[in-house]
Amino acid sequence: MTTARKISYCQAINEAISQEMERDPCVFIYGIGVPDHKRIFGSTAGLVEKFGLQRCFDTPLSEDAMTGFGLGAAINGLRPIHVHARVDFLMLCMNQLANMISSCRYSSGGKLSVPIVIRAIIGRGWGQTFQHSKTVHSVFAHIPGLKVVMPTTPADAKGLLISAIRDNDPVVFIEHRWLYYAVEEVDEQPYDVPLGKARVLRKGDDVTVVGVSWMNVEALRAADILQSRHNISVEVIDPRTISPLDGEMITKSVEKTGHCIVADNDWLHCGFSAELSATISESCFGKLKSPVKRIGFAFAPCPSARHLEDGFYPNAADIIRAVEAKLGLEPADLTDEDFYSYERKFKGPF
Amino acid sequence: MLKLNLGLYKKLYLIRQAEQKIREHYPEDEMKTPVHLSIGKEAIEAGVCHALKPNDQIFGTYRSHGIYLARTGETDAFFAELYGRQTGLVKGKAGSMHLCAPEHGLMITSAIVASSVPVAVGAAYANKVKGNDAIVVVFFGDGATEEGVFWESINVASLMRLPVLFVCEDNDLAAFTPPKYRRGYACIKKLVSQYNCTVLGLESTDAEDIFKSALDAVESVRSGAGPCFLHLKYYRYLEHVGIQEDFDAGYRTREEFDKWFEKDPVNLQREKLSRLGAGENELLELEAKIDGQIDNSIKLAKQAPFTQIGELYRDVVE
Repeated sequence: MTTARKISYCQAINEAISQEMERDPCVFIYGIGVPDHKRIFGSTAGLVEKFGLQRCFDTPLSEDAMTGFGLGAAINGLRPIHVHARVDFLMLCMNQLANMISSCRYSSGGKLSVPIVIRAIIGRGWGQTFQHSKTVHSVFAHIPGLKVVMPTTPADAKGLLISAIRDNDPVVFIEHRWLYYAVEEVDEQPYDVPLGKARVLRKGDDVTVVGVSWMNVEALRAADILQSRHNISVEVIDPRTISPLDGEMITKSVEKTGHCIVADNDWLHCGFSAELSATISESCFGKLKSPVKRIGFAFAPCPSARHLEDGFYPNAADIIRAVEAKLGLEPADLTDEDFYSYERKFKGPF
Repeated sequence: MLKLNLGLYKKLYLIRQAEQKIREHYPEDEMKTPVHLSIGKEAIEAGVCHALKPNDQIFGTYRSHGIYLARTGETDAFFAELYGRQTGLVKGKAGSMHLCAPEHGLMITSAIVASSVPVAVGAAYANKVKGNDAIVVVFFGDGATEEGVFWESINVASLMRLPVLFVCEDNDLAAFTPPKYRRGYACIKKLVSQYNCTVLGLESTDAEDIFKSALDAVESVRSGAGPCFLHLKYYRYLEHVGIQEDFDAGYRTREEFDKWFEKDPVNLQREKLSRLGAGENELLELEAKIDGQIDNSIKLAKQAPFTQIGELYRDVVE
C-alpha cells in the first residue's frame, strides 16, 4: 500500500536518503556542512541524529581528496553520497571524477564498481555571481562512465535519487536550489524511477520544449501562456537523466510536433543543448518544420547586479518569444503576465 | 633468516628479470604501452609487499610493475597485458600504467601523480567501518608530495585515524626535475610529522632492512595507531619512461649511478644469501626457474589473440 502526501523537493531528497540509509547500512553521506545546523538547505536534516556521525559526517575543506575518498570507500563495498552545496565546488574534484572514478570500472575489467552518488546543488539569483551559479552538467555528461541526473519534480527527485544510490556506477545528481520549494504528492514508501528515462511533463501537439531542471518550470509557465494567448499546445519533456539520455522519447515528440526548443539551464556553447540539437537533427531531419532552437545562459560569467542577472538567465518569456518566432505569431503583450521571481520565496542570502 | 632472505630474493630477482626482459623485447615494438620500469626500486617493492597479509590492499602509481610482481608472483597475465592481449590482466585495456588485480589486493594504480592517495584513504575508511583488520598501503613518488591532494589526504587520514600506510618512494626526481627546482622545504618527513601520523624512514637498498621497517609500520597501522608515513630512498637506473639509460641527458651523472650500483638491491641480497649459507647451485636453480617462468609468459602472451573489438564498449558502466 502506498501513501502519498504533499512534500517539497527538499523533503523528497531527504526522505530518499533517509530511507536508503535505513535499508542499507553501507550507505553513508558526507561533505562540507552535511551535519551542520543548516543541513545543506535542509536536505540532510535529521540524518546525523538518526544514523550517527560515522554515517553522516562533515569533512575538511578538501573536495578533491574527499572525492577520491568516496571512490576508495565505494570500491571497498560502501555506498557513499558526497554532497556539494554548489556545483562550482565540484570543479575542485574534476581530477578524481574525470581521471579516476569514471574509468575505474573499465580499467579494472569490470572487477571494481563505484556506487557513489555526488549530489551538487545549482541555483540562480540574489547576486550569486560567477562562482556560485554554474550548472555544467554537459561537462560531466561528456565523460563516459559518469551518469548525470537532474530531477525537476519532487516525486522524480525521490525516485531518481533512490535509483542513483542503488546504482552500481557513479552518478552526479544535480539539484536546483529553487526547486527545493516545489511541492507535490510523493509516495511515502521508497520507490525508484529508472535512470535514463525521460518524462512528458505536459502533453501537446504544436511545439516540443525539452527543459532541463528549473527550465521545466519556466517551460510549463510558458506553455500555459501560449495556450491562453495563442491557443498553441506545447509538449514539455523533461529528460531527467542527461547521461544516459532517453533520445527515443524526445525524438517521438519532435516527430509529432515538427518543432523543438531546447531550454537548457546552462551555457549553450558546447553544451547539452548543442548535443540534443544535433541528436534531434540526426534523428528527425526530414520531419523538422523549423531548425531546433536553443535557449540558455548568456555566454558570459554570471554577473551580480540584478538587472544584469535577469539578462543572464533565460525564463518563460524567452520560451514564449521563441515559440512565437518559430510559428510566425505576433508577439503577445506579456505585461500583465505573472512570471517567476525568487523574491516571493525568500530574502537572501542563501 | 635464510627463509626470509630467500623469499625476498625471489621477489627481487623476479622484478629485475621481468623488467630486463621488457627491455630486451621492447624494441620489437609489439609491447605498445609506455613502460616506467622498476629497476633500482626492487628492494622497496619486495620489502614492503613481503610485510603485508593477503587481505591487505595496495594502491600504486604508473611505476608499479614491481609491486604487481612482488604481490602476485604471476607473469602470464602481466605480460599479456603489456602485449594488449585477450589473456591480459584487464584484456589489454589498462596496459603498463594501470595494473589492477583486486583479487590480489592490488586495487588501483594511477598515472596522474598522487591521485590514488586519497582513494587509498577512503578504502582504509571502509576497512575500518567493516572492522576487517585489513590495512591499505599506497605507494607514490616524492613528486606526489608536492600535490595539494597529498596533503589533503594526509590530513584526512590523520584526522580520522585511518589504517593506511603511505609509502614514499623517493628517487629525488620528478620525471627529470631535481628537488632544488621543486621543494621549498628541507625535509618531507618533518613536514608530515606535524600531523597525527607516525613517520618512519630509512635509506637502504637492502630489502631485509626495508622489510623490517615496513613491518614496524604495518604493525603500527594495524594496531589502530592511525596512519603511518614511511619514507624510502632509491635510485632510478633508467629514464623516466622507456627502457634506456639516460646518463648523457645532462640531469644526472653515471658516477652517481655507479655509487648506487655498488649496493644494487638484487646483487646485495644475493651476496647476503651466500653469506647466510645458500648454495650457489640452489640460487642458480631458483633463478633459472624464474627465468623460465618469464620466458614462457612472454611466449604465451605473443601467441595469445588480440582482444576482441567488442571489448571496447564493455565495462564502461554496469
